[in-house]
Amino acid sequence: MPDYSWPKMDSRRQMGRRISRLDGMPKATGAARYPSDQNPPNLLHAALLTCPHAHAFLKSIDISEAKAMPGVTAIEVIWPPGRELQWQGAEIAAVAATSEEIARDAVRRIKVEYDVQAHLVREDDLGKAGNRAKPAGEQIDGDPDKAFQEADAVIAGNYNIAVLTHCCLEPHGQVIAWGDKLEYWPSTQSVSTIATDLGGSLKIPAADIHVNMDYMGGGFGSKFPADLWGAVCAKLSKASGGRPVKLFLDRATELQIAGCRPSVFSKVKVAAKKDGTVTAWQSETWATGGVGGGGVGADLLPYVHRKVPNRRINHTSVSINAGSARAWRAPNHPQLSYITCSAFEDVADKLGISALDLFLKNADYTNRPEVYRRQLNKAAELAEWRKLWHPRGDRTAGPVKRGLGIGVNSWGGLGHQSQVRTTIQPDGGVLLECGTQDLGVGTRTVIAQIAAESLGLPLNAVTVRIGDNRYPASGPSGGSTTVGGVSAATRKSSLNALDKLFQTVAASLGAPPEQLEATDGRIQVKGAPAKSLTWKQACAKLGTMPVSETGDSNVRRWREEGLMNQGAAGVQIADVSVDIETGVVKMNRIVAVQDCGLIVNPKLTESQVYGACIMNVCGALYEERILDQQTGRWLNADMEFYKLAGLGDIGEIVVHLEIDEENDKRGVIGIGEPPTVGTIAAIANAVANAIGVRVNMVPLTPHRVLGALAGRKA
Amino acid sequence: MSSKQDDDIRTKSGGRFSRRGFVKGVSLSTGVLGAAGVLEEEAQAQSKVAVQGPGLTPIQLDINNRPHQVSVEPRATLLDTLRNKLDLTGAKRVCDRGTCGACTVLMNGKVIYACTVLAIDAQGKKIETIEGISQGKPHPVSVAWVNNDAQQCGYCTPGFVMAAKGFLERNPNPTYEQVKRGLGGNLCRCGTYVGIRKAVLEAAKTMGGKVTGGGNA
Repeated sequence: MPDYSWPKMDSRRQMGRRISRLDGMPKATGAARYPSDQNPPNLLHAALLTCPHAHAFLKSIDISEAKAMPGVTAIEVIWPPGRELQWQGAEIAAVAATSEEIARDAVRRIKVEYDVQAHLVREDDLGKAGNRAKPAGEQIDGDPDKAFQEADAVIAGNYNIAVLTHCCLEPHGQVIAWGDKLEYWPSTQSVSTIATDLGGSLKIPAADIHVNMDYMGGGFGSKFPADLWGAVCAKLSKASGGRPVKLFLDRATELQIAGCRPSVFSKVKVAAKKDGTVTAWQSETWATGGVGGGGVGADLLPYVHRKVPNRRINHTSVSINAGSARAWRAPNHPQLSYITCSAFEDVADKLGISALDLFLKNADYTNRPEVYRRQLNKAAELAEWRKLWHPRGDRTAGPVKRGLGIGVNSWGGLGHQSQVRTTIQPDGGVLLECGTQDLGVGTRTVIAQIAAESLGLPLNAVTVRIGDNRYPASGPSGGSTTVGGVSAATRKSSLNALDKLFQTVAASLGAPPEQLEATDGRIQVKGAPAKSLTWKQACAKLGTMPVSETGDSNVRRWREEGLMNQGAAGVQIADVSVDIETGVVKMNRIVAVQDCGLIVNPKLTESQVYGACIMNVCGALYEERILDQQTGRWLNADMEFYKLAGLGDIGEIVVHLEIDEENDKRGVIGIGEPPTVGTIAAIANAVANAIGVRVNMVPLTPHRVLGALAGRKA
Repeated sequence: MSSKQDDDIRTKSGGRFSRRGFVKGVSLSTGVLGAAGVLEEEAQAQSKVAVQGPGLTPIQLDINNRPHQVSVEPRATLLDTLRNKLDLTGAKRVCDRGTCGACTVLMNGKVIYACTVLAIDAQGKKIETIEGISQGKPHPVSVAWVNNDAQQCGYCTPGFVMAAKGFLERNPNPTYEQVKRGLGGNLCRCGTYVGIRKAVLEAAKTMGGKVTGGGNA
């Protein structure tokens, strides 16, 4: 069996290089075809009819007029009369037609009667939630009451954060052609498993479903299932004689029903000693993601500092009439970090000590005290903490106040189950196949770098194919698991294939296979490089049969294999300016210090960290699902008022990845999620530091900033 | 936060929101008054205007220096026509309401959102799409995008590249601050703005401050 361990850091040729993503050019020239770009011959377009009410029973549905329209090929009524509809945007029916315009017209001609019911769409006032609030029961560690009595300082605060949506730029949807077999072009985070999901709904074997997806336009945790609209699209295709049907959600529906991140509202009390040591934590939180309520992992509070000895934790899940929550990049962690770090900085303010000192003091409550201390100090250095930080409230003249704030993160990131097949052709060609997907992390590039490294070849000597469920199965891309999984599997499949090649050529090199090595495009005898074959000469010895070997990430024995690992930590410091006359918060800088494992490509890894920070500038300052209790409707189901940051809104971002031998030895750890956490916390703290008061609800809109300055509670 | 330069906004409505056009619109909607005399002249002028649709209307579009014959409903946007009828899928439909810029193309050298222009209104204008600037050698803006990893999922990328090309044609030597403001009309969800800012500056350099392609700034 080959030695799969990673080559030593300083001897790597391809891994660790800052190469540009290999599929960058197709994306940057418009040649990349996303699922929503598929236009197979005879394509039909579908449109969805959705429920306009937050809560209603479907009374009747009449499709006769729509059905009679020229160009309409099929109508799928999703629910029978009597169905309870629990949120605006719930799917009612779908139409397939020869053009999108006709499909939309037909949807408008479907007559639906609703029996409208009372609704609840807001969770901010827990008192109004009635029996839709479900308390989880109290958890107590230690003796919080005693700790609060004996504390030198106690703070009480509210830290609230709104529901966000995923707002994937490519909406959820797919193209499906269901003839004898089913051709499926979904926009998904899970190429290898989605056929099972769709097949289950349609009651057909997953093996009869062929999934194709070369590119996809963003998922962030919301694109795992085939979804109702997948099954509906398939049925429309079947009813239209197997013609392909394209069904993608329109933007309003995408925002309404394709996933959201739960809100959290909180009442927090923290006790501390004079020196900043936190002695007790008490929190009452409540949250919603939609009709399923919202559990947000409140038992992880105080976030990262879970070892605080005295805790009282209460959480209430509130069910409201709104589209359901889905995993959102580091589920729950951004909210928990925000609540914890906000309360901690409020304690520091009350004690009159620096927030940095408070976090340093309490690092012993984390699982990795030395790591967090090192990161806090590094982030402080990069953020010019000593120069720029001041006690709460910027006392300088003028309306623009500047402040700094801290946020922390923690994540697992262990690679998922993944298989890769490496095929070496007698002509020297190398093909890597994996049923994985690239959400934007650079999966193809990572596979290519590891294969080239393992086979001693240049990057352009290997071809990578992903995005097809006929390739060896690979896990869903969620939880920062992809790069770890495909890296280990690529390493093993490539070395397995190379081993077969060694066995073939060993005799002609006059050495046993285990004495051979592949380097610089040659197969040579270790310690005797004069005895060698070029890669092409060696492969020619295969005769006519290619070598094809798989390798898997072996999630059960990852510790023994050492190729991948888990456990990331990070610290971020935000630097903001706030205009106290307008309430506008401007980002100056974010410093992100991030722990990592072995980094396959620093350039792509940095992109993940930049992206994570930027996404959470959006969450800290702009993004918010706004529902109106009066009407039960969304007020901002569009991208004009569901706001994302633009190019000029993000300030500067300084990324410090802790790439060193120690971290490298741990193996590959996923990085997509950890830096997502802590940015909102840091920005909220920086605003409090700048203006001298806590704005107790995120996003920190001008209205809320001015409200806090005027002494109003959100 | 998400508005194009004023310049571009004017372009989008330019020529269509004239006073004369407005008066015509009024006369049409109050056509019943035509017989009363005051608006009769306008009503007569109106009757000479070619009425298009409803239903499919044959039009010709000049896209990437090639004529394209296509039948569209008059309400079809340029974006939907590109994507659904002409299989030019580089421009993406994201917000579909002129907010995000994913559908950006150039029309007579100016940056427009293809989701806010009707295909019939694009007749007689030179349309340039990402496919057009990518024929043969990749455009320096695309190259800079790749070099600076200015993309992740890549769905916003074609629109951003076209917006950047249009921007650089007007501002061949932009400052960093100008880049941040000038491309504020395009949105990315993965968070690639750091790379994008670098890419635009690199592209400006490699393009040597020269206006390339169909710019008329």
